[in-house]
Amino acid sequence: MSYHPSVIGLDGLAALIEALSGDGFRVLGPTVRDDAIVYDDIAGVDDLPAGWTDEQDGGRYRLKRRDDKALFGYAVGPHAWKRFLHPPLLRLWRAEPDAAGMTLTAAAEPDERFAFFGVRSCELHAIAIQDKVFLQGPYVDPHYKARREGVFLVAVNCGTAGGTCFCASMNTGPKATAGFDLALTEFPGEFLVEPGSDAGAALLARLPQRAATAADIERARAVSERTAASMGRHMQADGVHDLLLDNLEHKRWDDVAARCLSCGNCTQVCPTCFCTAVSDVNDLSGATERTRRWDSCFSVDFSYIHGGSVRPSPRSRYRQWMTHKLASWEDQFGTSGCVGCGRCITWCPVGIDITEEVRAIRGE
Amino acid sequence: MVPVPFRIAKVIREIPGVYTWHLKSLDGKPFVYRPGQFNMVYQFGVGEIPVSISGDCREPDTLVHTIRAVGPVTNAMQQLRAGAVVGIRGPFGRPWPIDEVVGSDLIFVTSTIGLAPLRGLIHEVLHRREDFGKVVVCYGTRGIDDIMYEADLHRWRARFDMHVHLTVHSAPSGYRGRVGGVVAAIRAAQVDWPSAQAFVCRSETLTRQAVDTLAGLGVTKDRVWVTLERNMQCAIGLCGHCQIGPTFVCKDGPVYRYDQIEPLYSVREF
Repeated sequence: MSYHPSVIGLDGLAALIEALSGDGFRVLGPTVRDDAIVYDDIAGVDDLPAGWTDEQDGGRYRLKRRDDKALFGYAVGPHAWKRFLHPPLLRLWRAEPDAAGMTLTAAAEPDERFAFFGVRSCELHAIAIQDKVFLQGPYVDPHYKARREGVFLVAVNCGTAGGTCFCASMNTGPKATAGFDLALTEFPGEFLVEPGSDAGAALLARLPQRAATAADIERARAVSERTAASMGRHMQADGVHDLLLDNLEHKRWDDVAARCLSCGNCTQVCPTCFCTAVSDVNDLSGATERTRRWDSCFSVDFSYIHGGSVRPSPRSRYRQWMTHKLASWEDQFGTSGCVGCGRCITWCPVGIDITEEVRAIRGE
Repeated sequence: MVPVPFRIAKVIREIPGVYTWHLKSLDGKPFVYRPGQFNMVYQFGVGEIPVSISGDCREPDTLVHTIRAVGPVTNAMQQLRAGAVVGIRGPFGRPWPIDEVVGSDLIFVTSTIGLAPLRGLIHEVLHRREDFGKVVVCYGTRGIDDIMYEADLHRWRARFDMHVHLTVHSAPSGYRGRVGGVVAAIRAAQVDWPSAQAFVCRSETLTRQAVDTLAGLGVTKDRVWVTLERNMQCAIGLCGHCQIGPTFVCKDGPVYRYDQIEPLYSVREF
């Protein structure tokens, strides 16, 4: 790589956010709301969750105070960046009755450009996976495309692994390797910044900085190494494709079905789940509007055709989700659908752990 | 992705609860598709459903859909009269593989409304009649009031270059046609079983029965073609509803070679 890393301080980080908004980006980053770290508009460094960390386990998420003022001292929260690229609720079109029958008007796409600030390595992989789903098939999703184009990605190499993280075993982290414009590694009070694109390098050149030394680079490497060594979970992903598809009638599916509430939380927090449903709403003026919202394969209606649902049992619905995520996804898109972020474990109300389910099917 | 308005030019009541629409686009543009593909059909303010195309693809000025009233949308659509405007998105999906079966005897196995997705293919086969060997249609219905496309069946049966084996499960006394299951109709067909190509459109349970019968006669599963149904909302492989394992029925199907879909098809609730 021909780009040179630099070191910036908090003033440099503030200048980075300012430069992005000055360049017309809508800057989105982590912030604390409702006792969780969520992604929202940020105006400056003060909006970042300074001195917070999180405690994550199956069905458990708690914010806690850190001893320091680290800005990125936590793992991923319930939000994934897909909520901006693939919105949870989207107006598709509006139809008005007229003399000819009806007039349909497609909803306009937004013209704003996003800058995502604080994207973790697992999330860069998730974005790359959704790019495959929405942009590289025979059909392109125009809504995703309009939002995805021109996104500026500021990655953060995780300095803390969450209790449910397993990116190291999915080869998706913790260090960002591709798909970003700038990548930060946090040291106390300063950040190593590595450009990953021309746009990133050009922006970095505008910030107050000093050149990174060999010691800085070594320090950043140690941060990622320490994080990789402290993953809360491990997934043995080798051969999981065949393992699951060869065990579609495994008794473990009954076992997990007895615990699963079919609530769909895992699909809503998953950064790669992409399923949607459309609904038409009529208003009193006689017009009708079609909206698209995130759907979940855990609902009975998801597979409804005349006469009933294809997957009426929770067993078949959990099996659908997990075999899709870890197996069929590879056949469809040439990659696993799982990036090891651990959200599905943390936000499962009964703490079902996908890594444990895989182990059980392996017979371990 | 926005539906295009089409006007219903004609409504034909086929059998109780089943109706056929002849549709014309408001802008007069022809609708180009291949037999086996489907459309998403939208009724203003009610909803949108996937429906196979049942017309003759050589008449692209008329789009033909045959619909059975089974749910809220299809029941509302049943109330529409000629002149009403509906929305169409399509065509979607993989068509029947007509060019892959040139030179073979063809056997069509279907029941009741299953004839709708095959009708366009049969029309096309008859347009290219010299490209194929024997053509046999085995069609079964519950009773004599459930026979779809009767005019077509009469026309096909009158031809010297094809056979129609029509069978009903039950009939009033005095009925002179064949009574019994489709299996018997398949067995009555006289095609070259070791090379014949079969097109099957029935419920999933009865598809298996037909495939087994055909296999017993020598039609291997790589010469059986089926068309599947799943919940569909986007029709372009993005909404996720129609998945069966790795396949998206909307874009990889709805037409499949049976040996390729059988492993997925035979897993309960998959």
